[in-house]
Amino acid sequence: MAEQGKDLLVINNIEVIYDHVILVLKGVSLTVHDGAIVALLGANGAGKTTTLKAVSNLLRAERGEVTKGSILYKDKRIDSLTPNDLVKLGVVQVMEGRHCFEHLTVEENLLTGAHTRRDGRAEVMKDLEMVYRYFPRLKERRKSQAGYTSGGEQQMTAIGRALMARPNMILLDEPSMGLAPQLVEEIFEIVSELNKKEKVSFLLAEQNTMVALKYADYGYILENGRVVLDGEAKSLRENEDVKEFYLGLSTAGRKSFRDTKHYRRRKRWLA
Amino acid sequence: MTSDLNFFFEVLFGGLLSGIMYSLVALGFVLIYKASGVFNFAQGSMVLFAALTFVGILEMGVPFWPALLLCLLVMMLLAVGIERIVLRPLVNQPPIALFMATIGLSYLLEGLGQGIWGTQVRALDLGIEDLPNEMIQEALGIQVSTFDLFSAGCAAVLVGGLALFFNKTRVGLALRAVADDHQAALAVGIPLQHVWAIVWAAAGLVALVAGLLWGSRLGVQFSLSLVALKALPVLILGGFTSVAGAIVGGLIIGASEKLAEVYISTFTGGAVAAIENWFPYMLALLFLLVRPQGLFGEKIIERV
Ligand SMILES: Nc1ncnc2c1ncn2[C@@H]1O[C@H](COP(=O)(O)OP(=O)(O)OP(=O)(O)O)[C@@H](O)[C@H]1O
Ligand SMILES: [Mg+2]
Repeated sequence: MAEQGKDLLVINNIEVIYDHVILVLKGVSLTVHDGAIVALLGANGAGKTTTLKAVSNLLRAERGEVTKGSILYKDKRIDSLTPNDLVKLGVVQVMEGRHCFEHLTVEENLLTGAHTRRDGRAEVMKDLEMVYRYFPRLKERRKSQAGYTSGGEQQMTAIGRALMARPNMILLDEPSMGLAPQLVEEIFEIVSELNKKEKVSFLLAEQNTMVALKYADYGYILENGRVVLDGEAKSLRENEDVKEFYLGLSTAGRKSFRDTKHYRRRKRWLA
Repeated sequence: MTSDLNFFFEVLFGGLLSGIMYSLVALGFVLIYKASGVFNFAQGSMVLFAALTFVGILEMGVPFWPALLLCLLVMMLLAVGIERIVLRPLVNQPPIALFMATIGLSYLLEGLGQGIWGTQVRALDLGIEDLPNEMIQEALGIQVSTFDLFSAGCAAVLVGGLALFFNKTRVGLALRAVADDHQAALAVGIPLQHVWAIVWAAAGLVALVAGLLWGSRLGVQFSLSLVALKALPVLILGGFTSVAGAIVGGLIIGASEKLAEVYISTFTGGAVAAIENWFPYMLALLFLLVRPQGLFGEKIIERV
């Protein structure tokens, strides 16, 4: 586990509405300490992606809006910044489903990640080599059109592209999606290496609870746009409810957290 | 027999060269369509507006090159203005809304251009003769218009320049990224507004070149905006997303319409006339049935 510093990202009780009417996040609060990997867990439609997009402000491009609460990065409000501003500040999102530029080569994809940088070509090339060190496979495929590379390579390209912006924080949305278990482990290994060596903090949305909690320091569980449980990754792994509902270790089948008595719903804004 | 063959080549070259003029107009459409997925109905009006502005500035007594520069500046400002006033407020709206906006823009530009510079037909003389080129006549024994050669040269320089810009610069890379995936481009911090302004400026530059070449051939007048119609079959043939397609499509349309005009009308004894006017559309229509994405239309990459 990386050394953890002070608060890097603080989300305070945000509400998100799509298309002016669809209320999706109903008061989500979370904190990412500097140097941490924080997992954001939950089933389909729980609001994980929406939370990440609220931070990176890609929400606006989907007619979504943060209508309540605040988002702070390094103690400054960032809710009204553009994605371009945020990338410059060091916050980059890797979108769900990779979203590589299909008709560009792998290397061109990586270079687009450096678009906002102004520190010169030499520095950018240095970081390109750094990305290739973490993802040797991308170096082999540097001249291939990204659209024709494998799902794993596309995920690596997407993460590498984000790294090219020299971020402090990566918002990583479902890196495991559609990948074979072994490849998922490989990617998470690299994420944790990046976290330690490059000092990148991660806010990580995952449905693959098991893997996410293995690599994360801390976890939040979302349900229906609310945080229903949070804690150290280790304690969440041990938590009976989590085991039952998300790790599938119970014979009782999946239920909602709402149905269980012994679960204490968090409402930090009331506390 | 050789004179027959010579005649064939003359028609072919003439057709290819005039086809390049279609390509130029098509190119403007492609640039904007690629970057923003919008079919820019106003491209023809931009051609007219550019030519009118250029002639207007010349008439004010400004010499050729400064006038060209000034006109270029106007087109750049126009691009930035369009991005601010038309595109930015409509971002995230369905493409049809943007298309409608470009229809409005088209009328605005036509009105504005004619309002400022007047509606009478004006000659534009670039100082290049539309006569058979003597050097080529001596060397190859066929007649090719000097003006056609000149416009082909202009088009080649323009396309070459744009290709370099797209493939070798940071901004060019950003443009191609936006063309591929808006959302991902946003996510890596590429400001879409800048990209759009740049693309519209590039389309403005293309419109200016097309306006000057077409204007000096047809006279600068309202019907100049209709050359956009000639670009449609080119686009269908070449695909809406391919610069190479716009060029090749233009060449094919230009050559085939001239050949059809000459040979089909003589073959039918003149019974089928004015083939040039409808042949490209028929060709495009046939093509649409066989290969709807166009010759070079970007393949949608699907992995299984
Ligand atoms: N652009 C949008 N417009 C309207 N509703 C949306 C939009 N995007 C998401 N939603 C809704 O918001 C809710 C949360 O979606 P979100 O994508 O954040 O979930 P998620 O936790 O990331 O799910 P998944 O694991 O499937 O990716 C869903 O009910 C979804 O239908
Ligand atoms: Mg999601």
